Parts: sequence; C-alpha cells; structure tokens
Amino acid sequence: MNEDEIFHLFSLAVASISLLLLALIFVVLVQYTFPVINKMGINYFISTSWNPVFGKEEYGILPYFLGTVLTSFIAILVGVPVSFGIALFLTEYSNKTLKNYLGTMISLLAAIPSVIYGLWGFFIFRNFILEYIERPLYHYFGGLSIFSTTPTGLDFLNGGLILAIMIIPIVSSITTEVLEQVPTEIKEGIYAIGGSRYDVVVHGSIRYSKNGIIGAILLGLGRAIGETMAVSMVIGNATGENALPKSLFSAGQTLSSLIANEFNEANPTSLHPNALIGAGLVLLIMAVIVNLSARMIVSKYKR
Amino acid sequence: MKRGSTTKKFLRYLLFSFLIFVYVLYLAILPSSTLVINGAGSTFVYPLISKWSSEYRKVNPSMLISYQSIGSGGGIRLFINKTVDFGASDAPLNKQQMEVAKGVIHIPETLGAVVISYNLPNVNLRINLTGEVIADIYLGKITKWSDERIAKLNPGIKMPDEKIVVIHRAEGSGTTYVFTDYLSKVSKEWYSLVGRGTSVQWPIGLGAVGSEGVASLINQVSFSIGYIELSYAMQTNMTYAAIKNQYGNFVVPVPESVEEAASSLAKSLPKGNESWENVSLVDAPGKNAYPIVSFSYLLLYNDLSTLPGMNEKKAKDLVNFLWWCIHSGQNYSLSLGYVPLPPEVVKINEESIKMIKFKGINLIGGS
Repeated sequence: MNEDEIFHLFSLAVASISLLLLALIFVVLVQYTFPVINKMGINYFISTSWNPVFGKEEYGILPYFLGTVLTSFIAILVGVPVSFGIALFLTEYSNKTLKNYLGTMISLLAAIPSVIYGLWGFFIFRNFILEYIERPLYHYFGGLSIFSTTPTGLDFLNGGLILAIMIIPIVSSITTEVLEQVPTEIKEGIYAIGGSRYDVVVHGSIRYSKNGIIGAILLGLGRAIGETMAVSMVIGNATGENALPKSLFSAGQTLSSLIANEFNEANPTSLHPNALIGAGLVLLIMAVIVNLSARMIVSKYKR
Repeated sequence: MKRGSTTKKFLRYLLFSFLIFVYVLYLAILPSSTLVINGAGSTFVYPLISKWSSEYRKVNPSMLISYQSIGSGGGIRLFINKTVDFGASDAPLNKQQMEVAKGVIHIPETLGAVVISYNLPNVNLRINLTGEVIADIYLGKITKWSDERIAKLNPGIKMPDEKIVVIHRAEGSGTTYVFTDYLSKVSKEWYSLVGRGTSVQWPIGLGAVGSEGVASLINQVSFSIGYIELSYAMQTNMTYAAIKNQYGNFVVPVPESVEEAASSLAKSLPKGNESWENVSLVDAPGKNAYPIVSFSYLLLYNDLSTLPGMNEKKAKDLVNFLWWCIHSGQNYSLSLGYVPLPPEVVKINEESIKMIKFKGINLIGGS
C-alpha cells in the first residue's frame, strides 16, 4: 500500500464515524423509547397529560410538540423577513465597506452563547414586550383567543421572538451568499430593458435564488427547533395540559426544554427517562427532516 | 540558519516530552497518596458536602471527596449502578428502587425546609397561610390575593385585588418533592389530582429553573407566589410566609422550628437498613414545628466490598468520614443555611453507620 491508499482508507474511516454515530444514536433512542410507547401506545403522541408521579404515570408529548412547532413558527415569521431585509441591503444597496462591517456584526450575533440570550430575554426583553406589546394587545384585543391569557412575559411569544433573533445570523448570511451568486448578466439584462432597481431585486435576484432562500429558511428552522437553553428560560415551562398553546401569552414548553428540565431528576426505575428520551427521538426526527430537505434544496441550487 | 531552527525544534520537542513524563509520573503517584471517594446526587446538599470535603482534608489529608451535584435522580441512578461510592438524594428510595439497590442504608445527613415566598408590593408585614390555602392556590381554585380565605388569615393586611401568579420549579427537584409531599398531606384534592414527586403535572403556573430562577422570577413579577429552599431564602433576604402547623400555630421557618419538626418525629423513624419510603417530616406534630421540612439522605451499601475498586482501608476511611459528618460536620450547617440534625436522629445514624461492613468485617465499633 502506498501513502495515497493509506490516507484514503484513513479519511474514509474518519468520515464514516460520523455516520455511524448518527445511526447508533438513533438505535439507542429507539431502544429506550420502546417501553414507553409499549405502555402508552398512540397516546404518547396525542395525549396532553404528562405525569411522572409514581402510580399515576402517564406521558403524552403533544403539548411540547405543539410548543416546538409554535415557537419555531413565530421565529420564522419574525426572523425571516428581518434576515431577508438584511441580506438584500447587504447585496444590493450597501457599499463594500459597510457590507464588511455590517456582515461581521451580524455573524457575531451567532457567537453569543444561547444562555446569554436567555438571561437577556428573562431580565430585559421580558419587561419590554410585557409593557409595550403584550399588555396593550391584551387590553385592546383580549377578546381574540390568541391574546386571551393574562400576560406575564414568559410565554410562547417571548420564546418565539428570542428564537427569531437567534436565527437571524444563519438565515441572513446564507441568503446573502445566495443573492451574491446571481449572475451579473441577469441584472444587467433587466436594466437593459429599462427595469428599475426594484425590478432587478424582485424579478432578478429573488426569483433566481428562490431555492437557496428556502434552504436558508429551513436551516434557520432547524436551529429554532433544536434550541434549548434560551427558550427554556423565557417560555414559562408549564407542564401537561397547562402547556398547550392556548394563546400567544400562555406559558408552555418545547420538546428540548422539557428534556433539559426533567432529565436530571427523572426516577431511573420509572418510565420517565424513557418518555424524555422519546421526546428526544421525535426532536431528532424533526431536525433530520428539516435539515435534510434544507441541504437538498441548497445543493440543488448550487449545482 | 537551518541548523538553528532544527535545534530549537528539538528543544521544544524535548520540553514537551518532559512535561508529558511529569504528568504521567504525577498520575502514577496520585492514587497511592490520595484516596478518592466518589459521590453524586442532590444539588441541594452540594454546598454542605463541598464544605465538608474541604474541612475533612484537615482531619484526614490523604482523603479526597469528589462529589458531583447532578441531581437526586442522577445520584440514585449512579448509586444503583455502583458507579459511585455513595449517593445523595433529597427523597428516600421507593419500593422499586429498594429492590434493585439491595442492602442500601439511608443516612439522613441534614435538614432542609421549603419556604413560601411572595411578591406583594405595599405589603410589609409577613403574611399567614395554611396548607389548604396553598394547595388551592396551586390548584388554581384561589385565583386572587383578595380571596376571602386569604383575607381571613391576615386580618391586619389589605390584600390587593390582583391575580396570583403561581411559580413552580421547572426541572425535577427535591424541593418540589418536599413541597408536593406537604400539599398531598394537607389536601386530599391535591393528593388525588397531582400527588407527590420530584416533578409533577402542575395544573397552573410558570416554571423557573433552580431556586435562584424561582427567586428572581418572584422578584421580577408582582403578585407572584413560589416555593424555595430555606437556605436560599435566608441568603437572599426573600420575604416568606408563616404557615399554620398541625398544632394550630402560625410558624415562621427558622432553624429551631425546622429542628423541632425532625425531633418531634424521631421516635417513629426506621433503622438505617429499613425502608425510609414512608418517612416524611412534613406537617410534623411539634408545637412550634414548621410544617414543610425534610431530610436529605446519603445512600450507602451495607457491604462496601460489593463496590468495584473498594478495599478495606478505603471503606474504613469512608465510614470514618460519615461518622465525622453526622457529628463535627453538623457545626458547619447553620452558616450555610442548613439545619443541624437533632440528637435523636444522630443516634439513629450512629447505629446505621455501624451496620456498614466490608466483607462482613465491622469498620467501626459496635455490632
């Protein structure tokens, strides 16, 4: 064997480790989840009860699944337009120096540890949205079911907004990259037939990079689904039926915050750890689906 | 030029290997001179155990206590798997756990209490509460501070006409176990609807992580109520309620009233090797006993030789350490916000520690 072959084998081995790890994690999660599904059946996915008390054990992850979906949805709803605006400004309207500085600043947002976002959300942002968003909405539109809970600032809305801020760096940087790939010929073509800058952006850049942008959104969604620490500090951590999303201002819980909160003290001889590992399995499947589809769309675009 | 850099490289290489050599030597010497005892579990007792471990270095310099505060549930898991030499839990082992952890000995090593803290702007007096009222607040049946059941307990105080914001621990915790144990004892409805456990299905409320999380949430949110450990409340000057005990007195949680809860029940406590599942210090009968009190336990095996890596010397050192904890060690409790064990309980612990053996050999005087 020459060096080339040895190196080839070595890198192949290292590369397959990551695949093997994912497979092993999946197998172990399924193995530990089995007992709880065996006992709860389909109720594990559709029940709203979550009761680890000995003798009353019952586990249903529906409220937490919905909590994950709702907070991620808010994050996308708020975070994507902002990121999109940032990316458009950087590629189409700003000059090179400004672009460098601004781009770096936004990437720095990604370097802030999530627990810092959580602390900020708890001590500062909470008071802000409570005073200026939640209380006025509750006061004037409390009749609408989505604003119907007495606001405390620790709820789905706060969780979703924190997530929105956290996904901005990834969504905006990928969108910027995608928009930069738009060939100059297309832009020049539109200018040549008398189009305005607006026409170039909307009919040229955005239409050309549609797939890449969808990929960026999905990658942001992937981050939002898995985020734990910051969310659990601001979402109110309700359990069971109380965690069902009744309104934007009700306290809830996501799958990942549930696991982080309860795993340490879960009674090892009960089904509680299994039920939590099952929540992890659901989370893994959600994350894999979202990320895979994002990669597929992005790579299709790159080709 | 080239020669110089090669020499430099070589020197650097030499220095590097020398450092590795020193490190390996250090590792090789370490076990023979220092004995490491591993423990894991309750976060509640962590400050006390780490104080003990540093103070005990003065008594026995060759022994090191390594304690991981991973939570009671995790501590029990590692204890059952025999990964650690001792476990620490805020709740005693239940029947299922006793079956898998054969030969377990419970040693209550300190006392803790849970206080009901609240945020009522413009109310400067300490408020009075009863167990039934607390249970109904946490069940969502009493929703406003101005509710007549609360007003009746606090004749001199004008209660605000505001909604009560209920706060509980988000993560599983021994504090939650003690609090729900108390509510289960004083309210039939709580017992049948929710029950007791380290994490329960809260009918209403917001969850915060850790005693510090609950405390800062209470501070942040007006008209809120929550439960925290006495030690934490004492360190942070939180306001907390006086609670009516079995005797009918409204009792403020202070070390004396907490100790009285334990000593008033000392006669009914089991032996160390028996089941402690039904031991509960909540709602104790003492005249001035504070009603939300519990032990925290150290868990040990009665024959230490069943643990991997254990030898007679190590077992002897461990038992001597335990003996020290329940005697001299108690002196460090108060300053850290824990309550020392009453003499009756220390006596029970002495018998329990004497039961710990190594291959059937007694490690400390007695039977």
